[in-house]
Amino acid sequence: MAVFHLQIVTADGLCFDGEAESILVRTIDGDVCILARHIDYVTALGYGEARVTVDGKTRRAACMGGMLAVTGGRVRVVASAFEWREDIDVTRAQNALERAQTALAAAESKDEKGFASAAIKRAQVRLRVAQQ
Amino acid sequence: MAGASMKDIKLRVKSVQSTMQITKAMELVASSKLRRAKENAERRRPFFDILHETLTDIAVSNRDFSSPYLVQRPVKKSCYVVIAGDRGLAGGYNTNVFKLAAAHMAGKECAVLPIGKKSVEYFSRHGYELVSQQYASVESLGHNECEDIASVLTEAYRNGEFDELFVVYTNFVSMLTQDPAVMKILPIHDVRSENDSGRKAPLILYEPSCAAVYNAIVPQYVTGILFCAASESLASELGARRTAMDAASKNAGEMIDELNLRYNRARQGAITQEITEIVAGAEQ
Repeated sequence: MAVFHLQIVTADGLCFDGEAESILVRTIDGDVCILARHIDYVTALGYGEARVTVDGKTRRAACMGGMLAVTGGRVRVVASAFEWREDIDVTRAQNALERAQTALAAAESKDEKGFASAAIKRAQVRLRVAQQ
Repeated sequence: MAGASMKDIKLRVKSVQSTMQITKAMELVASSKLRRAKENAERRRPFFDILHETLTDIAVSNRDFSSPYLVQRPVKKSCYVVIAGDRGLAGGYNTNVFKLAAAHMAGKECAVLPIGKKSVEYFSRHGYELVSQQYASVESLGHNECEDIASVLTEAYRNGEFDELFVVYTNFVSMLTQDPAVMKILPIHDVRSENDSGRKAPLILYEPSCAAVYNAIVPQYVTGILFCAASESLASELGARRTAMDAASKNAGEMIDELNLRYNRARQGAITQEITEIVAGAEQ
């Protein structure tokens, strides 16, 4: 299968840099899969699962926030958080979920509510990717 | 009289020694922190580069100005985020940042968001308009704080409170070199398109729409840039402090050697004088 150059970065470093066959991500508007020779394209990422196919093998990851850009055949994913399935800390995500749920129940202002529900979403995505 | 000057010299040696102890300790602290800060800065550098590169790349080919972040408004007011250190004694580190910032701001109407205790002190003393004074520690500036700053700044930008946003920080080039730099964050513009406007830029597909994409990306972009700039600055501060303290310890060592030499000379002089006096007394 045709391949393209894919780079995935977060503030914690480079998560992936190499040739890939496809990448599937959750954007703010739904899932998108990018294959080689895609037109120049930019979208913002939502909270969800990402799948990267390299040499016929698919790796799964939790991918949250940021952007995906295709320019001149290169694909760059700049994410707020990107964790491969094997790197996800399930107990931490579980704890974060419980903490966020209590925070949401106690939240009063709109900001607090938004913050807590975003944390819940992040934890849920991590758990879903890790456990399925 | 030689006795008094011997005592003086001894006191000087003692005071230089205690100063040297402090500079040595500061150097050690700075080097141990520097290792971690350097790792952080280097780990984040690809993110910094790719983020900035991607944004300018897509800005080149952009022909759709529906997002306020892309429109170049006539500049009435600028906003500067100035990242300096929390403490002094880091050689020219803080001064270099402020000098560059002041030169860049000259003649403009501007507001400043200082980050770092020294930066807050400097800009409030010089009577600049401050956006916020609450970020007085670079060391404890995490991703969440950067997110807060970014959301405040992007909102103010959208409301037209200022028309340009810059960040002044220090690039960590190596352990010995740190370069202060100014970077323009908003509006997202491209330097290259002015240079080679003849080249036809490819069209870009935005999903769901250009405005929606930029509105979602830009706050995260600003967050990322600030976060990375802060970690570069922190590594630079520690690097500068280590170098400065190393030089200070060396100077103190030289000073102690020289004072010891003078002390020994004075001691010898005193003994010689005493002997001469005794001998002179015995002869009479």
